[in-house]
Amino acid sequence: MSDLFVRYLLRQGDRALVLSQQLSEWVTHVHELEEEMAVANISLDLIGQARALYAYAGEIEGSGRTEDDMAYWRPAEDFQNPLLVEQPNGDFAMTMVRQFLHDSWAALYWQAMTESVDDTLAALAGKAAKETAYHLRHAKSWVIRLGDGTEESHQRAQAALDHLWGYTDAMFDSDDAEVAVVAKNIGADPTNFKQAWLTGVGSVFTEATLQQPVGAQRRGGRDGLHQSGFEQLIEEMQSVARAHPGAQW
Amino acid sequence: MTGMSLARVRRAIEAVEDPELPQVTIGDLGIVRSVAVEGGVARVALTPTFTGCPAMGVIIEDVGTAIEGLGLRPAIETVLAPAWSPEWITASGRQKLLEAGIAPPVGSGGEDLETLLSLPSPCPRCGSIRTRRLSEFGATACKAPHVCDACKEPFEGFKPL
Repeated sequence: MSDLFVRYLLRQGDRALVLSQQLSEWVTHVHELEEEMAVANISLDLIGQARALYAYAGEIEGSGRTEDDMAYWRPAEDFQNPLLVEQPNGDFAMTMVRQFLHDSWAALYWQAMTESVDDTLAALAGKAAKETAYHLRHAKSWVIRLGDGTEESHQRAQAALDHLWGYTDAMFDSDDAEVAVVAKNIGADPTNFKQAWLTGVGSVFTEATLQQPVGAQRRGGRDGLHQSGFEQLIEEMQSVARAHPGAQW
Repeated sequence: MTGMSLARVRRAIEAVEDPELPQVTIGDLGIVRSVAVEGGVARVALTPTFTGCPAMGVIIEDVGTAIEGLGLRPAIETVLAPAWSPEWITASGRQKLLEAGIAPPVGSGGEDLETLLSLPSPCPRCGSIRTRRLSEFGATACKAPHVCDACKEPFEGFKPL
């Protein structure tokens, strides 16, 4: 059980950390100061969630691996984030639609996790659910503003949704790690909130005048299979830690 | 260790300033969850306001320094359960925030997010509730920029999360 639980925790940590790293790449590039603050703050909250998950994974593992070991010293193929969060930032519409699809999932996930029988995860979920609901509000307002905006912003938001939709189903997948953790009421079964997710994103698409795409769904991230560009993303994130192992300041 | 000494250790720890909000102490913010002294070691449990609060590293260092200043060895841990909530800010902490021009968090706990975010933050300068949130995110993880439509002054308000 404990190795499955560790894998489960690392997956959730990877999801948060990879998305955080992607958002941080926007800092100094966003079109207005308020949004600069927003992406930096959301990125920071996600780092906080990842740190807690990684630290707990190390504790359960009992190996002495720290949160830094999990973030900086695992190779790219060990990361098991959903492919959605590693999709390139693209334009601001791509980043906000990605954030919206993710946050809609994460808000429901953390809400369900507040019921976990594991006190540590339930406590983390208590805080993360509030943070994520706040992030979702922000992403949702942008999806509506861009989708129901100008011809140009609408076209960009629709193009982003068309690209990203194919990576959403995989967020509801389970394998032996999820099954084991869900069976003990430690983890939340994402299939329980899939309908709520579909209803939630669907109503926002309607308000944003966006068409919900149909089409093939892609899978792989949870098995360590990533897309081109992912290695560079991880390499850059890990470069300072690896250039100065054990550095303190 | 006598009860008196424990109170002194607790006072010293609670007097540590928040590095991002030096107008208030960590005692004011309610993040000091427990203090115990045993055999020359002061054990402290702290709860971060937000999971990613970047001030926690400095706070832990400063608490360590405060404990060492009393001739004790620090053992500090961060605990997430139960999650920090704005209601943990003390009455004097709220007063100090107001005096520093920062609106304390609104709500009394239990409200849902949309309700909380619809409650106006009273202006810390003129007290008017004719205020607006300018953006959901600000210079620190725990605050957001606001403006008062009565006195026209901008101010920061605590997020009600």
